[in-house]
Amino acid sequence: MNLPKLSRERLAQIVAGDIAPGSYVNLGIGMPTLVADCLPPERGVILHSENGILGMTRLPEGEPVDVDVINATKEPVALLPGASITDHVVSFSMMRGGHLDLTVLGAFQVSQAGDLANWDTGSPDSIPAVGGAMDLAAGARRVLAMMQHVDRDGAPKIVPECTYPLTGRGVVDRIYTDLAVIDVTAQGLVVRAMVQGLDRAALQAATAVPLIFDPACGALRP
Amino acid sequence: MLNKVVPSLEEAVAGIPDGATLLIGGFGASGVPTELLQALLAAGARELTVVNNNAGNGEPGLSQLIRAGRVRKVICSYARSSNPRKPNAEAFAEWYAAGRIELEVVPQGTLAERLRAAGAGIGPFFTPTAYGTRLAEGKETRVIDGRGYVLEQPLHGDVAFVKAHLGDGWGNLTYRYAGRNFGPVMCMAARLAVAQVDRVVGVGGIAPEAVMTPGIFVQRVVERPNEPA
Repeated sequence: MNLPKLSRERLAQIVAGDIAPGSYVNLGIGMPTLVADCLPPERGVILHSENGILGMTRLPEGEPVDVDVINATKEPVALLPGASITDHVVSFSMMRGGHLDLTVLGAFQVSQAGDLANWDTGSPDSIPAVGGAMDLAAGARRVLAMMQHVDRDGAPKIVPECTYPLTGRGVVDRIYTDLAVIDVTAQGLVVRAMVQGLDRAALQAATAVPLIFDPACGALRP
Repeated sequence: MLNKVVPSLEEAVAGIPDGATLLIGGFGASGVPTELLQALLAAGARELTVVNNNAGNGEPGLSQLIRAGRVRKVICSYARSSNPRKPNAEAFAEWYAAGRIELEVVPQGTLAERLRAAGAGIGPFFTPTAYGTRLAEGKETRVIDGRGYVLEQPLHGDVAFVKAHLGDGWGNLTYRYAGRNFGPVMCMAARLAVAQVDRVVGVGGIAPEAVMTPGIFVQRVVERPNEPA
């Protein structure tokens, strides 16, 4: 089945467009790092990194790399005027103490209750590695999951219960996929917008949980 | 006159016993005390429990200790190589697959906070991080005012190795940019904190308000200038 869908870059633009100026934001590893490219400094969104940096941006082409100025993915970054650097205790106090306005995290699965699975496949030959994912999931004020709507085999990633090991229980507020923007609410999963040209039945068929469609459900330009 | 500066790496790592719990600063390649680790390899301590955010940073340093069979257990948040094309923790992966090294996975913020608790005289503490997940299994949990928490234990080190920028005879330290990461909290959490510094300055050479780790938390300082890039 060939559904109309958003490119990763377009999805990153949509996520970035929903982030208010002045927000303090941590972007998780993987697809969420693309969101940084859509948040130039003039947008006034302040990016945080686990290793203590607050106020970073992409390293301009040709600028020298400094091993001590890196993001959580260990890529070189640049410091903005106004940036600060702290140790790990203070940096994780920003994350765990509810000071970050939001985080965008990649996901293997999200459940209808907002459970997030994004750190381990549970495969016996993989080395379990969590990094700061559980701290962000538990501590950020808003948690946005950003992922493909279905996995490589076409199986839905929005599920009644996660089968992968959990990162946090009931933590996801909103899901951004290449097909739709969906809020996790007490009433269930509410579709706020879907990609242009996709019909509701097709979106429901790609989702393992019953969807509620917002009467004002918008269309996402691919 | 108080002088914590020691003249050699050998003296900086002297007296570290077998079975020690060793806290190692660093995040990625930033703030890693590689030369202290290599000096410890030469000194020969075995059966080490290592606390580090990662399980290796390329071949020099921790990976060498692992390959030499000196490390019994690693306590860390991210033991996988971050980039499969540039693996940083291959030695750990091989030894782990062979069942020759133990791993305790700790969420990164819980790792920092367990170290802080140890350094600040705090006992076990409740945190919502990891509640309802596999990493809470076997730990006491409690629901307080409707929110679930996991009881976590302080994490004390016998020894800490950190990499700092400037150090003085009193043990005061500064760090370069994000090279600070786990350095300050690990110095606090260990009985013997050893700092390798880019440059030793005279006492008073660091402005008091610029000191990032006060000397009370540091027992030895050794100068190890950065190799020119």
